[in-house]
Amino acid sequence: MKKTKDIISSVASGLTVEEQQYPTITVEPKQWRKLAEKLKANGLDVLLNLTGIDYKDCLGVIYHLTSSIEKNTMVVVKVKTPDYEDIAIPSVYDLWESANLYEREAYDFYGIKFVNHPDLRRIFLRADWNGYPFRKDYDANPALNPIPLVNQTVDDMEDMPTLSFDKEGKLITKHHQLFENGEYVVNIGPQHPATHGVLHLRVSLDGEIIKKVDPNFGYIHRGIEKMCESKTYPQILQLTERLDYLSGTMNRHAFCLCCEKALGLEIPKRAEAVRIIFDELTRIASHLLGWGCMCMDMGSITAFIYGMRDREKIMDIFEETGGGRLMVGYNVIGGLANDIHPKFIDQVKEFIPYMRKMLKEYHILFTNNPIAKGRMEKMGILSMDKAVSLGVTGPSGRASGWACDVRKIEPYAGYDKIDFEQVLFETGDTFDRYLIRLKEIEQSLKIIEQLINNLPDDGFKAKTPAIIKLPAGEYYQRVENARGDFGVYINSTGDKNPYRVKFRSPCMTLISALDPLCQNEKIADLIMIGASLDYVIPCADR
Amino acid sequence: MSLELENVVKLAHDGLTSSLPGWAAAAIEYVLVGVLLLALYCVLALILIFLERKICARFQCRLGPNRVGPWGSLQLIADMVKILLKEIVKISKSDKLLYYVAIFLAIIGSFCTFGALQFGKGLACIDFNVGIFYILAISSLGVIGILLAGWSSNNKYTLIGAMRSGAQLISYELSAGISILTMVILAGSLNISDIINGQENAWFIFQAPLPALIAFIIYLIAGHAETNRGPFDLPEAESELTAGYHTEYSGIQYGFFYLAEYLNMFIIAGVATTVFLGGWQPFHIHADWASGFNHVMDYIPSYIWFLGKAFSLVLLSLWVRWTFPRLRIDQLLHLEWKILMPISLLNMLVMAVWVLIF
Repeated sequence: MKKTKDIISSVASGLTVEEQQYPTITVEPKQWRKLAEKLKANGLDVLLNLTGIDYKDCLGVIYHLTSSIEKNTMVVVKVKTPDYEDIAIPSVYDLWESANLYEREAYDFYGIKFVNHPDLRRIFLRADWNGYPFRKDYDANPALNPIPLVNQTVDDMEDMPTLSFDKEGKLITKHHQLFENGEYVVNIGPQHPATHGVLHLRVSLDGEIIKKVDPNFGYIHRGIEKMCESKTYPQILQLTERLDYLSGTMNRHAFCLCCEKALGLEIPKRAEAVRIIFDELTRIASHLLGWGCMCMDMGSITAFIYGMRDREKIMDIFEETGGGRLMVGYNVIGGLANDIHPKFIDQVKEFIPYMRKMLKEYHILFTNNPIAKGRMEKMGILSMDKAVSLGVTGPSGRASGWACDVRKIEPYAGYDKIDFEQVLFETGDTFDRYLIRLKEIEQSLKIIEQLINNLPDDGFKAKTPAIIKLPAGEYYQRVENARGDFGVYINSTGDKNPYRVKFRSPCMTLISALDPLCQNEKIADLIMIGASLDYVIPCADR
Repeated sequence: MSLELENVVKLAHDGLTSSLPGWAAAAIEYVLVGVLLLALYCVLALILIFLERKICARFQCRLGPNRVGPWGSLQLIADMVKILLKEIVKISKSDKLLYYVAIFLAIIGSFCTFGALQFGKGLACIDFNVGIFYILAISSLGVIGILLAGWSSNNKYTLIGAMRSGAQLISYELSAGISILTMVILAGSLNISDIINGQENAWFIFQAPLPALIAFIIYLIAGHAETNRGPFDLPEAESELTAGYHTEYSGIQYGFFYLAEYLNMFIIAGVATTVFLGGWQPFHIHADWASGFNHVMDYIPSYIWFLGKAFSLVLLSLWVRWTFPRLRIDQLLHLEWKILMPISLLNMLVMAVWVLIF
């Protein structure tokens, strides 16, 4: 943590720094821009998460900043507006590109005005939505926002406002259009077989060549973070699995870890090991589905069914022990819901050699196919700098050479005691993003192999209070889910409900990488590149 | 003692001409032949769809249809009835006339080509001196149907699908045409009967092994591309364009495209059989010691030979389709214009020299 201290001492002279879980700097909006530039210059090149928050007397934004090179480096910056009226905060989209979507989200939910943001449209809600739903004084009366019963055009999606200060210091709004007149714009989605969920892409085409991609979110926005504010902690666990349903176990694990950290719970070693086995099985299942879908998007349906066939085996293991298949519901705060099924160990042991054999088959069927290679190699190259700036984590980030595996850089839940490699590639083209998933399956098998043979025998659940109340404070937990760096931020006031929960969605940043990756490529590659990023829309929409 | 249908056809013809005036007999024959062909067209389509579903299920470790009837064989009848009963959705902002004409163009192109095939000894509907040329020409009608369908639907997906299809079909027509011309050089005739009869002793693919084999492979690739099936299924790449040019069609209109697509697969296999694999001619070994073997081969009826060969090629096409991923449009055109086309032109030259020498 020395590095973090150096950064703090060099940038935060004259500012309040709190030593919480991570060093936290609190500033006013006026100071923020200068501080942000300094932080960026000091090597904090990743804006991991941006959380809007309503403090009841003012609004705030919490930035989680980290470094792409240095391990264990995290600085939290809180920007608090003076009151409810003057809520302009300078945008930092030009320092960290990931801020682009994050700031739109905070604007949508809290109405925080990010000055100089080039595209301050609402991200999940309609442009004509009344009120800002995450504010504590939001009026949820349906009469204010009636459901439209007639067809409406999508033109209002194209008007991009930018806020800036004029000479007298007053906020003015400038408008510009997303697409020029006469551009050939094709809507891909929200109901489309290849967007892997209800994602709406507005694609501007020149013949077959893509000029611009504009993702539109919110078709499956369920307001999970808002729901969390009125649910108890054990209830929220169910919601976490519904974010990224393909890595539900890992999301749930993250939330459990965050609560356990807050409560200071020590969980049994057995539960820890079984949780990791479940995480890695989920990762394999997710990568298999990702691999299969990518093959299907390139027209190879047989490969898809191969992937589904082998994923089914994992689902069966889950069903036997946890009861659920996709949403296993197995991790609870303090350990596991119940002990493993007697057959569990044998099933997993049987699965490992089977999966290794099948991986070879996948390479024969698809990886070494000249058509597949011809389509994927040198296509959609994501440079490491771009990946870092966009916050593209997970397999896609590692394919570009960014060592961003949370299991390695900020080990949790006993991953530091396990021997496995972080798979890294260099070029960051579609083929790397394709291959890295199959390589990660091998690593996951290696992890499971180490744990399954000697499971400790010290019970599956620690004692927890009947009603779980986290002590007042802020907690953040990162885990590596199948798509990247998944984060849980909990702000507790000591009540049985959290005051604010924010999930750092790896998928949102993945989608934001679509536009830079697809420009000047063919429309067929949009689908393939999208599949190689392997995003899950409910995770982005939350 | 023969299982050939030649005699049946002759008997019917003689019976009709002897009892009716010439024009009436001809009229009845036209109608009969048309009806028989249509029936064959539909039955073959059903068989092909059933085969495809069963075979691709085996490729994919599935069972395929298995509930309706023995081995799921009645599933197709059920599907056919369903597609006939489905509502035909009318698109309000489409170009009505072209929208309706397009389907007929697609199916007429396919049907007319189908009619020109020779299914067995004496089972030819039309047989004239430019038969193979006619096949090449009339099969191109389908692309007009596809282009019109894409254009008249007034939908961006269909338009892109149709444009892709136009580019693809017209390009691959060249290789396919040149490959067939290569074989015409060997046969010395455009007449389908002559081509088949020329293969009595040895199929063309054995008569000039090198150029014929190259032409055969190129024709299979090009033919596969012409039928819009994977890895060349870009016009209807469902992951990008939902269903390509026929997105807006429903019910039996969609069924027509579907039918034409499946039959085109058979037609390509049929033409390849006719030109390269001896049509309905049995497999003969041209040597004295093999006369017994040749006699056994002769005993198998000619239409079985034709269908057997054609279905083997269809199986090959299914295998390719369910294994390979899809090409991209520029790779597709690259393959045609920079690889297949020069090779087939060169191959034609080789064939000409071959014919001169041997």
